[in-house]
Amino acid sequence: MEPLEQLHARLLSAFPGAEISIVNNPGPAAQHSLLLPAALAREIAFFLRDDPALRLDYCSNVTGIDWLKAGHIEVVYHLYSMALKHGPVIIRLRTANRTDAVTLPSLTPVWRACEFQEREVFDLYGVVFDGHPDLRRILMWDEFKDHPMRKDYIEPDDYEWEPTPHGAIHDKAKAHYPAAVTPAEGAAKP
Amino acid sequence: MIASDISPLASRLSSGAHTRAVTDPFHGDLLEVSMGPHHPSTHGVFRMQVTLDGETIVKLKPVFGYLHRNHEKLGESTSYLGSMPYTDRLDYLNSMTNNWAYALAVEQLAGQPVPERAEYLRVILAELTRLLNHTCLAGFLLQDCGCSGTPLMYAFREREKILDLFEALSGSRMMCNFQRFGGCRTDASPEWLAAAKQLTDGYGAFLDEYERLITGNEILMARTQGVGALKPDLAISAGITGPMLRATGVDYDLRKVDGYGFYPRFEFRVPLGDHGDTYDRYMIRVLEMRESIKIIQQAFATLPAGPVMDPKAKLRGFRPKPGEAYGRIEGPRGEIGFYLVSDGTPNPYRYRVRPPSFVNLTLLEDLCLGHTVADAVIILGSIDIVLGEVDR
Repeated sequence: MEPLEQLHARLLSAFPGAEISIVNNPGPAAQHSLLLPAALAREIAFFLRDDPALRLDYCSNVTGIDWLKAGHIEVVYHLYSMALKHGPVIIRLRTANRTDAVTLPSLTPVWRACEFQEREVFDLYGVVFDGHPDLRRILMWDEFKDHPMRKDYIEPDDYEWEPTPHGAIHDKAKAHYPAAVTPAEGAAKP
Repeated sequence: MIASDISPLASRLSSGAHTRAVTDPFHGDLLEVSMGPHHPSTHGVFRMQVTLDGETIVKLKPVFGYLHRNHEKLGESTSYLGSMPYTDRLDYLNSMTNNWAYALAVEQLAGQPVPERAEYLRVILAELTRLLNHTCLAGFLLQDCGCSGTPLMYAFREREKILDLFEALSGSRMMCNFQRFGGCRTDASPEWLAAAKQLTDGYGAFLDEYERLITGNEILMARTQGVGALKPDLAISAGITGPMLRATGVDYDLRKVDGYGFYPRFEFRVPLGDHGDTYDRYMIRVLEMRESIKIIQQAFATLPAGPVMDPKAKLRGFRPKPGEAYGRIEGPRGEIGFYLVSDGTPNPYRYRVRPPSFVNLTLLEDLCLGHTVADAVIILGSIDIVLGEVDR
């Protein structure tokens, strides 16, 4: 497969003016990746899939990373080619922030393999994929509120707590009893 | 019966379509059925929200998450080695390959070499795992077809023998926790190798017996051939991997493509299917088992002496340099991969499992549409899922 620098140059000539950059991986694995602009991501993904020299027809892995300090969420796609048996080409998309601008274009129209994995990123990281055919929670239940894979997620004390009619009655009943005695004090009395 | 009633019925029978005739008084009445999460055919806690027209499936939505324990978050809150025993619990039939996939990803992340004997042991154990998984699948698939007991017991008899080997080597039948970053935890003794060799040499006879019983069986063929057929283009686009992909005729096996471990040193073929239906998926697994036997026998013949653990490998205080790595291997169910991001601390910043059976379920609805509920059960069985891995 062509080196990533060459692919980068080709993408820049195919999409003039697009802010495509190489993200360097300093580790020994040296799997460098391409950071794509969200607005053009789907067009570039179609290009990567259909280009005769690349033919990245297989999207293996889709996942999110929460960069708390940098203040954005990244979605990483690992692409391979089954036709030409090469890869990986890694592409990354970044949300503008972690709170209100968390929409990214869905790549499910390009690779069907993204369907469940993007739902999972939506569920666990709260990234909204624009153009996804069926964006619902997948692992957590539908009524769940937060996104548990975020780095600043705080778990509730009791996942299964829900208000019952008995709660108010118990609170009311407390007024009729004297203040609670600790077991140690109670044991000391005859 | 009046004539107008006969003709749509006749055309329906002749066309072979399972749709209901328009003149049927109940036409258009759809029934929603919730199959699972405790249905025995779902192999765990998995639910299919099925919409039926008569007995024909017109819509199917899989529902997961009943076994979700946020494995990835747990992986981020413990050390690299601390996740190793936890990977056993992903796909609890194939703990050896899960271990290997995770060890491979961490070795790529840290640039850790592996001694030759350990690579051989890994190949032997991974292929034994493949035998184990495919044998179980053949038994379960027959169970799903309604053939209660006998084939499953034949399969489980052989599975027990492999599990005994795993127990002798790692101390545990199913939760092996055997691979380490830079090798294997213990070396295999000569007695163990002799026992494993004996089992492998006798496995072909078991497959012959099993195939005589099952493969040419008329009922199995009637139930599975043409059921849940999958097209190669759709399979590639949906990221289907493993035997399910190769049953459609796509030649993509990571043992050949990536050549990880020492697989390029062994001679084996990649069986490919033709129709992509349930029968092909069953048949591919049987053929893969025969190739696995060949790989293990070659590995035994050329197994080198030496250490099974790189002496420079660091287990305690293991801190890979900042960076990231995606490592993947050909598990028995498909591509199992681990994506790790290190920030230089003892815990991974990001720990991601790419589960094969989760992604393979993407096409469950496409495969089941137009078939009956009984067919959906065997289609799901032939996809071969483990909910520990789907839900994580």
